Amino acid sequence: MPPSTPSSRTGVTARPGRLLIIMGVIFALLAAWAFWPGGDNRVRLGLDLRGGTQVILQPRAVQEGTTITDAQLAQTVEIIRQRVDGVGVAESEVTVQGSGEGAAIVVSVPDVSQERLVELVGRTALLDFRPVWSLAPPASTTVEPPLDDTAASQDIAVGDDTAPADGAAADASDDTAAAGGASASADDTAPKTSAAIVQSPENDPAFTEKVAALDCLDPVNQAGGTPDDPQQWLGTCDQDGLAKYTLEPAFIQGTNVTGAVAQLPQQGVGGWVVSLTFDGEGASALSQASQELYSLPECSPGGPSPCNAFAIVLDGVVVSAPRFNEPILGGQAQIEGQFTAQEAQDLANILSYGALPVTLDVVEVTSISPTVGSDQLRAGLIAGAIGFLLIVVFLLVYYRALGIVAVLSLLLAAAMIYFLFVALGKTIGFTLTLAGVAGAIVSIGITADSFIIYFERIRDALREGKSMRQAAESGWLLARRTILAADFVTLLGAIVLYIISVGNVRGFAFTLGLTMAVDIIVAFLFSYPLTVLFCRSAWMQKGTWLGGLRVGVRSSDSVGKRKGKGRDDGGGDDDGPEGSERAETETAEVES
Amino acid sequence: MARMTWGDRLYTGQSGINFVGRARLWFSISAVLLLISIGALVFRGLNLGIEFTGGAVFAVPQATCSVPDARSATEGVTEGGVIVTETGAGIVRVQTEPLTPVQTQEVIDVLAQTCNVRAEAITSQVVGPTWGAEITSKGIQALVVFLILVTLFLSIYFEWRFAVAALAALAHDIIITVGIYALTGLPVTPATLIGFLTILGYSLYDTVVVFDKIREDTKGITGQSVLSYAEVANRSVNQVLVRSINTSITSLLPVLAIIIVGAGLLGAGTLLDLAVALAVGMFIGVYSSLFVATPLAVILKSRQEDIRALDRRVSSRRAGQARRGDDDTAAGETASVAAAAPGSAAGTRAQPKRQPRSKRGKK
Repeated sequence: MPPSTPSSRTGVTARPGRLLIIMGVIFALLAAWAFWPGGDNRVRLGLDLRGGTQVILQPRAVQEGTTITDAQLAQTVEIIRQRVDGVGVAESEVTVQGSGEGAAIVVSVPDVSQERLVELVGRTALLDFRPVWSLAPPASTTVEPPLDDTAASQDIAVGDDTAPADGAAADASDDTAAAGGASASADDTAPKTSAAIVQSPENDPAFTEKVAALDCLDPVNQAGGTPDDPQQWLGTCDQDGLAKYTLEPAFIQGTNVTGAVAQLPQQGVGGWVVSLTFDGEGASALSQASQELYSLPECSPGGPSPCNAFAIVLDGVVVSAPRFNEPILGGQAQIEGQFTAQEAQDLANILSYGALPVTLDVVEVTSISPTVGSDQLRAGLIAGAIGFLLIVVFLLVYYRALGIVAVLSLLLAAAMIYFLFVALGKTIGFTLTLAGVAGAIVSIGITADSFIIYFERIRDALREGKSMRQAAESGWLLARRTILAADFVTLLGAIVLYIISVGNVRGFAFTLGLTMAVDIIVAFLFSYPLTVLFCRSAWMQKGTWLGGLRVGVRSSDSVGKRKGKGRDDGGGDDDGPEGSERAETETAEVES
Repeated sequence: MARMTWGDRLYTGQSGINFVGRARLWFSISAVLLLISIGALVFRGLNLGIEFTGGAVFAVPQATCSVPDARSATEGVTEGGVIVTETGAGIVRVQTEPLTPVQTQEVIDVLAQTCNVRAEAITSQVVGPTWGAEITSKGIQALVVFLILVTLFLSIYFEWRFAVAALAALAHDIIITVGIYALTGLPVTPATLIGFLTILGYSLYDTVVVFDKIREDTKGITGQSVLSYAEVANRSVNQVLVRSINTSITSLLPVLAIIIVGAGLLGAGTLLDLAVALAVGMFIGVYSSLFVATPLAVILKSRQEDIRALDRRVSSRRAGQARRGDDDTAAGETASVAAAAPGSAAGTRAQPKRQPRSKRGKK
């Protein structure tokens, strides 16, 4: 230990200046992180502070005894996000909290009525396979615009007996301008938030007419979101708006698909393929359907009906429509096409999880008006300000000059918390909720606790007869451990709460944990060195009333002796050498 | 030298509370409180919010409608089961059974019409009947995990006896806080649950501060035979008393601010529920760390072999001194006992005889 500082006599290496510089650097980095150009430099507010609608969904496994995997959850969230984004609202938020059976999916959207949002997200995505009856151009007229290609450009083949892919990418988008004028929806009563589909038990003329009126150029109708009844005929759109399909009742349900993976073919050229496996029921249905379909003529817009293709329908919209190259008897199939790795993976995901193996239960719907939100924010801020003021008054009254150190520390902690809120809002999408505000307010008090523990330790050390500058050091060594242990317990609680809980509780736990971490940093790198510097000042050494550390007792007898004994068995870093304590006691008494 | 403050007197032992010696009294008080709490919980039960029971709540701000108007309007949609209250801030609060999204929208619309506010201004919350069980089980899960981790931490940081004492104090806090909720009928919401769980952390925070001081002061205590373990521990608690009171004040101040603002500006809601739970729990948390955790830790500790040996040495030594009468050498020894154990027999006897050196030296 360098003997340069006076405090080295107590066995402490105190370099307040260095600690303060480290603190300054941390503070500057945090500020830079928070206000780095790009993104919003304000704290992201949660739903209850800005208004909006929040739906909490609880996933449940469809089949008893099966568990929910994280991949399934991620896929569910992705589908919900697509649906919400499809409505075109800004700042929507879909998050998973927790995992497995205990998980909850929280969807927060501003400016959408609760009824609409529930309708939008509360449904299970439905996947089925249907034979294609006929294919039509996307527009809502019965007039056929010229089409030079087919939308169903994929082939399906068995095992390694791969037929060359058709090669022609579906490209009907140049027709859109021609048919743009027709926009009448097939079903005017359907809410515009989700796709219009046409269903009928029979393929009767009324059905055909309605299908003809369906406008597949309307992006809403391409977005899907209207689950279809697998037992009925279906008239619907391709998800890219390239074609309109008339489909027979489903022959395979999504739950019959046991696996789907994207892979490169083992031999031959061509792009990525998606390999499918089916359960027994699916395999026999596929075998039967493929035998019936593969001999039929190829599908084309306005072409023959029925034709050789089957449609993979997700949430009422066609995501893919391959044709059979040959009958598939083994329950294993491969979809080929001009897939990129990404497209193949997407299709495989849809096939694996599209008919979500989870059922979503809507467990909580909250709708808060923006006015109420801003009222709550204001109330939270006022409460915080009052709480802060009360503590400042208390600290200044009780610790007087030393209270200034405490107040500065509190201000620093508050600034750091603010920076963290902004920075985390940008990076991990942290949003501040009312419970979070409450957590922050409560933590003001806990942060103040650290100073009190420290200051009271200094007073104890003074009572033991130590000098002011010694007391600032040795008091810290004892306080430090207590502060760490106590903060650790709170941090532990916050982490457990964060991991296990959902929604409000989680926001509170996060804020509380964050403030505990900040509390430790501020106490170690700011309050402590500043107090040490403060206590070295000639004015504080006088031990005046205004200094805040005057004590009425300066003893070196009973307590000191007993403590001396107590320390014989070696007490870590918390023992000040007795010898120097003795020597210092004399000077202390002269000073006072 | 300045006149002595209360903190100084606590430090020297000239005043103080006999936390350890009167354990029987404190335990009796706690036992009564626990019995009342359990009784209240069994016979009155908790006033659970809709988050636990399932249901729907609508808050209509700046409503111009009367409570009966709002009720009859809502009952037109839900067919009964409607509770309407008016909160302080001019908010009409309507509570119903769980509703479908369509029904929810209908209720919002009729309330907007009846109370002459925009439909968007109405805050609504609908909770499914199973969600409450989910929240409760998560809360209990969090509690159990937290308790296990804390027990491990305290056992490592202190020792198992302290961990047991801290946990007993925690259980004490939880039961009494829940009891207060049952007794007063304050609503229990997820925000209250947050409050409960925070209190656990807070109660432990306080206990850790006290135990830390006891551990520090009793380090190597078996190497002497002047003071018993209980006496040293009691002095430790008294020395941290100022700290405990001050940290409680600083923790309570912001919570009180939330209660005042929450009640005044917002009426019932997350902030108020949370703050009330915190305030209730903090009081009990501080009480239990001083009056329950500490005596319990000392009692457990006093069963330890070397501590029992120490206590025997101390009492036989005192018996010997008593027989010899109070000579001068004994007075010097017992002075430190006096400082250590206010309220204990040895302490009160010796205390007035000797003032601290700093005082003696002054005019």
